[in-house]
Amino acid sequence: MRVMLTGNGAAAWGARLAGVEYLPAFPITPQTEIIETIANWIDYGEFDCRVVMLDSEHSMITAAGAAATTGVRTFTATSSQGLLYGMEMLYTVAGWRAPFVLVNVSRGLASPITLEPDHNDILAARDCGFLQLHCATCQEVLDSILLAFRLTEDNRVRLPAIVNLDGFYLSFTREPVQLPSEQQVAGFLPPFDPQNQGFRAGAPFSQAVAVLGGSAYSYFRYQCHLAALNAEQAFSESAALFSEAFGRSYQAVESYRCDDAEVVFVMMGSFATKAKAAVDQLRAAGQAVGLVRPLLLRPFPVKAFGRALAGKRGVAVIDQNLSPGYGGILHAELAANLYGHSGSKPVLVSFIGGLGGRDISSEEFFEMAKITRQAVADGSAPPPRLLYTGDELREMKKWQAIALQQSGRGDQT
Amino acid sequence: MKTASRILGTAFFLEGFEVQDAPRYGAERRGAPISAYVRASHQEIKERGIIRDPGLVIVADETLVPMPAACVMQGVGAQTLLLIHSLENPQVWRDRLNLQGTVLTLPSAGETADPMAWRCIGAACAAAAARLVGVISRDSLGSALEQELAGLKAALMEENLGRAHWAYDLMEPEQGRVVSGRLLPTGPFSSPEWVDLQYEEARVSAPAIHAAMTSEQVQTGLWRTRRPVIDSGHCKRCWWLCSTYCPDGAIKVDEAGLPEIDYAHCKGCMVCVAQCPNHAIEVIPERSVSRTAVAGKDS
Repeated sequence: MRVMLTGNGAAAWGARLAGVEYLPAFPITPQTEIIETIANWIDYGEFDCRVVMLDSEHSMITAAGAAATTGVRTFTATSSQGLLYGMEMLYTVAGWRAPFVLVNVSRGLASPITLEPDHNDILAARDCGFLQLHCATCQEVLDSILLAFRLTEDNRVRLPAIVNLDGFYLSFTREPVQLPSEQQVAGFLPPFDPQNQGFRAGAPFSQAVAVLGGSAYSYFRYQCHLAALNAEQAFSESAALFSEAFGRSYQAVESYRCDDAEVVFVMMGSFATKAKAAVDQLRAAGQAVGLVRPLLLRPFPVKAFGRALAGKRGVAVIDQNLSPGYGGILHAELAANLYGHSGSKPVLVSFIGGLGGRDISSEEFFEMAKITRQAVADGSAPPPRLLYTGDELREMKKWQAIALQQSGRGDQT
Repeated sequence: MKTASRILGTAFFLEGFEVQDAPRYGAERRGAPISAYVRASHQEIKERGIIRDPGLVIVADETLVPMPAACVMQGVGAQTLLLIHSLENPQVWRDRLNLQGTVLTLPSAGETADPMAWRCIGAACAAAAARLVGVISRDSLGSALEQELAGLKAALMEENLGRAHWAYDLMEPEQGRVVSGRLLPTGPFSSPEWVDLQYEEARVSAPAIHAAMTSEQVQTGLWRTRRPVIDSGHCKRCWWLCSTYCPDGAIKVDEAGLPEIDYAHCKGCMVCVAQCPNHAIEVIPERSVSRTAVAGKDS
């Protein structure tokens, strides 16, 4: 059945179709609609799941991890400030090897506080041990949740996973979504088999022991790393099964119109579909430009990126995030991935755009392709470029004139 | 307007289109400006977010036009059909806004007398849009209305359907006036005017507000659709109830004990109306007073 769903609605359907049994929650814009949708189904007797409102995201993630380690299929969702408030527990429950799925609805981080999306929230959780899937459409939100449950419960992996969708551009945007039947999903995602996990009062066990001395600690943390690395292979296998079950194919790294492309954009998240629209227009004008987009960011799909960028001469990396003092995080990851391999390397050009949901226009994509082609011709990349226009700066100066007026403080030297 | 966008989106979807509809919120408060986008195409839709070259812009509340935060005129060009819910003549709006494109108005008879007529404005706007784009049948519109308004009580549902079909009929002479957008030209394009952002000291570049009372410059009074009016004849000069209960501090009491409402900031919540023990505050539709105010600013 094909229906109109928001990204949040698709996330709720993903959880429902996965048959989640426990959902600890805490509200935050733009995520709240996911919990409201599921709670409404439970109220009307359409879905059976235990929703518990916790006092914070910190408690919420703790509860999710604890439930998952007892063998219950667990789902939760948050956004932005909430994800960071629970950051301590993200590391902790990943270390427990608790398999559950957390949806993050991306929203720019304070300060200044805002509502619209960029990826600094989800990238702050990059190193905690959760797998990360980054969605570009509402359909992908639903599908990625099903894929993520398979990955997270895979015995070669058994780590929690974050499915990321952009606030507003997906969370509140309705698109047609193919809604699979429960039978179809049951064939793809069998009930959670916790194996040696589970909780019985008669057989107590201690979760998450303390260790002193670095060697035991090194063992446990590196096991998380090895498990995450296994998820790349597990993703390929699950995606193949997914394609058989639902007829939709996913790659860890998507290549759009890249076959003969000299120059490609690299982006993640929903703004990547805007890049696709620009690629279509550039192609119509006879330019060999494509888009490369990671759906899977953790584990970092080294081989898939290698294949996607092989033979490309210029890469425009458009980071919807900013690491102050470095620049674009995806740019750094790609540069690290390309370095140390034999063969010719593409010129990497770094762009920062879409911070706090700032729009990226078609002309800006055209300009980025043009600059990247020039960098290929020059054999060197220009400095990183923030997508920010003179008009935007003039508007900023207007607001500053209002905010700083007659303060006295602005005039001190 | 979010509901209107969903009605229109669902109607397109039922006609076999690929669709995207999305609301855009600023302040998440009742009465604050809200807009929503609808895209429809026979191909997969890859664009997202702001529509930079809309074929149709519908304004449900004409008082939003002069309000910068509402971005009503964003992207409006010669290719845009502008439909304003207004009792003014379309030519007045064309002159006032200096527009080249087509302007139509969606009037609503008797509205000034009945503030409750506002509650079906979303359905009327969606139905007008459905006729203007010319590819949505009455059946699809009806199904979309029933789908998106499901849960309303029968009488209110009837009222919405009535208003929607009225607007759909009203726009019949203009059927199909909205034309499909084109892809941007793929030849030469104008480069964005990017600037190199320069370092500025934290006393300037930290997000702090030093000036006092800047929130006064945000005219939240424009959020109102209904206006409380104090009848000084019935006011018993209790001098504190309405002003104390006002959540926005928008009621001052003068030395004689007579309250005065600051209409630049009153959001029209009607808490004062409910609290006044002497029933001395009446409610009138904002439209009946503010049309002249808007005209005064712009013409």
